[in-house]
Amino acid sequence: MNPNYLDFEQPIAELEAKIEELQLVGNDNDINIGEEIAKLKDKSSKLTEKIFSSLRPWDVVKIARHPMRPYTLDYIRRIFTDFDELHGDRHFGDDSAIVGGIGKIDGKPVMVIGQEKGRGVTEKVKRNFGMPKPEGYRKALRLMEMAERFKLPIVTLIDTPGAYPGIDSEERGISEAIAQNLAVMSRLKTPIICIVIGEGSSGGALGIGVGDHIAMLQYSTYFVISPEGCANIIWKSTEFAPDAAEAMGLTSTVLEELGIVDATIPEPQGGAHRDIDASAERVKEHILKHLESLQALPEPELLDIRYQRLMSYGTV
Amino acid sequence: MSWVDKILPSGVRRSDPSEKRKSGGVVPEGLWKKCVKCEAVLYRPELEENQDVCPKCDHHMRIGARRRIALFLDEQGREEILSGIEPVDRLKFKDKKKYKDRLAAAQKSTGEKDALIAYKGTVKDVPVVTVAFEFNFHGGSMGSAVGEKFTQAANIALQERRPLVCFSASGGARMQEALISLMQMAKTSAVLERLKQNGVPYISVMTDPIYGGVSASLALLGDINVAEPGARAGFAGPNIIEQTIRQKLPPGFQRSEFLLEHGAIDMIVRRADMRDTLARVLGNLTFYQN
Repeated sequence: MNPNYLDFEQPIAELEAKIEELQLVGNDNDINIGEEIAKLKDKSSKLTEKIFSSLRPWDVVKIARHPMRPYTLDYIRRIFTDFDELHGDRHFGDDSAIVGGIGKIDGKPVMVIGQEKGRGVTEKVKRNFGMPKPEGYRKALRLMEMAERFKLPIVTLIDTPGAYPGIDSEERGISEAIAQNLAVMSRLKTPIICIVIGEGSSGGALGIGVGDHIAMLQYSTYFVISPEGCANIIWKSTEFAPDAAEAMGLTSTVLEELGIVDATIPEPQGGAHRDIDASAERVKEHILKHLESLQALPEPELLDIRYQRLMSYGTV
Repeated sequence: MSWVDKILPSGVRRSDPSEKRKSGGVVPEGLWKKCVKCEAVLYRPELEENQDVCPKCDHHMRIGARRRIALFLDEQGREEILSGIEPVDRLKFKDKKKYKDRLAAAQKSTGEKDALIAYKGTVKDVPVVTVAFEFNFHGGSMGSAVGEKFTQAANIALQERRPLVCFSASGGARMQEALISLMQMAKTSAVLERLKQNGVPYISVMTDPIYGGVSASLALLGDINVAEPGARAGFAGPNIIEQTIRQKLPPGFQRSEFLLEHGAIDMIVRRADMRDTLARVLGNLTFYQN
């Protein structure tokens, strides 16, 4: 099994392997097998399209967690220029599970904040696999309040397996840190755009997820508890995670219907990791489009719409 | 331990609380109740007189939402509000059972429509809006009905400039309403921020247990955060933390005393002192507003 491909993608992996093989042969010989390769490529593309048009929620969970999936820093590098990372919560420390700083998008400065899972073992450990501790959320809050003072719009990129469940996290008040962000983000006098780029896990995701425009990448997920956690509680076994994923409605399709998510950003064929540049370009365009319309709104109206929207969640 | 020891009234401690009887110590429902902490067998009328706090070890037992309100508010002039709010199954959630059926069962067994009740009244003549979580309804979990009732109660508090007091007891966000539940965290936090900006006091009283989404929203946003003695409160449950860090948790972890020591709460208040303390604090907070 090719580790770059998920289980349900294996037929694609087999075709791609064949193409690669043929390409090697083609390089060695004079025989023109270009036509054959083109045919196979077309077949692979159609197969991918077919497989991806009927994904189950559990498949989407796997794509959202794909080890090659672009993370926050991959997007920041491609979307923003002149990015200065800003560190620290000014009370306890700097949490690298949350990255924040000021950068320009198409010449306009914005405050960017996102969870970063880290690539490679050392980086992953340093970034705690993208599981922020209280100081991460407090850094985010500090940067967002600064953004408000300087009228910088805020863009958040959400990608976390959850806030860190550990002793130190509890000691320093992870619940309070998240709650505080929810409260303050509801009234910050600057536009906030939130984009779920990978895994939007529960309170740890929402802690930087309250805003004026909420978007999700096509194969990202957003849930109140991980499918494994849900399965463990209800079915008493994580084996039922696919069933839980089905029941929970954690994909953008369902969440758009529920009015919790405003838009889905389509991903390149086969998922964002198949073409990171193209994926970043789409995210950039999406941000620019909504930034403009949000910045055009008078401040009281912006805040009123945000508040009314929060109040509308779950009302009959 | 002889039967005489078992029925001894308060004042006499059991010789060895760690001693476990194989029978599970089942005491017939009725006149007697066993303390879950010290295992003393208590005379029910006496226990009730003591607000369901063990007279021997001071363990604060869990109590229902209605009893909570009855113990807290002045008897005169209290009235239930917002009793019409009902849960909705927007996702048509189904696991081994349908959520709809789970709701119906919970409604039948508790007599409540959902896990939160709301009252208007006074506490030692200080006007308040009070909400209380019913832990026996789906583990006091917060779905859309709980979030909506909390929000409407907070809005009444805001309009009438009455302090809001919340007694929480909850396992967290309600799984069966998925992301709609998560959004209740944002919704309740937003309305509490309005109270804060308008100088309407909010006191959050945490009672055993408070976890997850309720902890990471309304329970820790009080102007004053209070907890009952020994209440457990935290973001992640102890099992999850132990599985993550692969260590045993220190004794007293996530109890009120731990929260006080780490600066998460203002004070630990015994149930018997709740009315006096909160009425005094609220009186002081609103002194210059009236």
